[in-house]
Amino acid sequence: MGAFKAVLARDLRVAFRRWSELGHPLIFFVIVVTLFPLALSPTASQLRDVGVGVLWVAALLSSLLALDGLFRGDADDGSLEQLLLSPAPLTITVLAKVTAHTLVTLVPLICLVPLSALSFNIPFAALPTLALALLLATPTLSVLVALGAALTVSLRRGGSIVGLLVLPLTGPLLIFGTRATDLSVNGEPTAAPLLLLAALAALAVSLGPLAIAAAVKVGLE
Amino acid sequence: MKLPRWFHQLGSPPYVYRLAERLCPWLGGLGILLLAVGGFWGLVIAPPDYQQGESARILYIHPQTAYIGMMAYVVMAVAAGVGYVWRLKIAHAVAVSAAPIGAWFTFCALFTGAVWGRPTWGTYWQWGDPRIMFEALLLFLFLGYLALRGAFDERDKADRVTAILAVVGVVNVPIVHYSVEWWNSLHQTSTLLSEGGPAMTTDMLIPFLIMFAAFTLTFYWLLLRRLQAEIVEREGDARWIRELVAEGAR
Repeated sequence: MGAFKAVLARDLRVAFRRWSELGHPLIFFVIVVTLFPLALSPTASQLRDVGVGVLWVAALLSSLLALDGLFRGDADDGSLEQLLLSPAPLTITVLAKVTAHTLVTLVPLICLVPLSALSFNIPFAALPTLALALLLATPTLSVLVALGAALTVSLRRGGSIVGLLVLPLTGPLLIFGTRATDLSVNGEPTAAPLLLLAALAALAVSLGPLAIAAAVKVGLE
Repeated sequence: MKLPRWFHQLGSPPYVYRLAERLCPWLGGLGILLLAVGGFWGLVIAPPDYQQGESARILYIHPQTAYIGMMAYVVMAVAAGVGYVWRLKIAHAVAVSAAPIGAWFTFCALFTGAVWGRPTWGTYWQWGDPRIMFEALLLFLFLGYLALRGAFDERDKADRVTAILAVVGVVNVPIVHYSVEWWNSLHQTSTLLSEGGPAMTTDMLIPFLIMFAAFTLTFYWLLLRRLQAEIVEREGDARWIRELVAEGAR
């Protein structure tokens, strides 16, 4: 637990020292969301129909943008190897790093999504469900993104390939997330997809760090 | 527990190469024979469906193709997992050999489904149909696996890193399989594994099952052939390979 806290605090401090980089995924998200209406020039009702999907896909894409910093910097300056050598299990340290990454990149993104949703004519009443669905999807998404970063940590140019690895695995997330939001837009009960998202999150957080730690270990061999 | 000798020998490349050499004629011959028999029976002799007419003959191609795609993924993931845990080079070679075959069969499943979907569903491609979507995701997983492999220079590292990806991606397989039952899908549910036994007559069931056997045998034939090539590539200029080449030249 001590190791978890120490790594979490360190990663948060490092992230805030370079706070200007934190904004990049957010700006990217806003740009993508703006481009869709430009490309489609839809009516207000069409906008609502595509809005949920556009927001989710844009959020997925922008979460990919930030992932390079998750392990790359630490791998380059050798501190990742020190973590590997430390007596604390790598699963825990990795979980701490992923948590820190989530707090500084994905949580601001989630705060931004409901705001953009309003501009897509999505009714105000659906916003709590949208936010909840995003919140439940975040742990799974962070684990997948971190796995992508870990698998490519030893590649000099991993950026282009990570999307190929991570995006196919986000399928279930996207289905349940948009289903929940769509249902709440139409005023129907949303418990089932939300519970499935929660189940995925439990699965990802319990098993994901093992895979991430294994990938980091192999990458640094 | 003492494991039998042949089990340990499965870790030895020359042994596996020779085993494959002995198995391949049987698998390939029987597979192609069954393909011919089942294909002729299914496409010519079996009666047309009372509802879908002649287009229902996709039954003898498409489910088998999709099943091989999924099985190839499972073979790949299990082999990769075994290779990762026990550092077994031969298991990694199996995983690498299964990936392109699986990708190709998954693509063919999507393609044959699209060809059949046009006269039956009125559309080649239904965006949002869960089984089609997850089948496409399975294809992307195969492609991602191959792309990740290609990005590494050292084979050993590529083996171990891609093994992790393969094992993680296995969650997609049950989702593809059960997607038609979990969601109300345009895709029809399984005809063979339906409640109260197979929902088709015997004269359709027999070629249907023959084709499953034929596809399975053909898959393992292709897998072993690829595996042999992979072993030769990995072992490079090992002594037994040079001897093998010398034998062949004589």
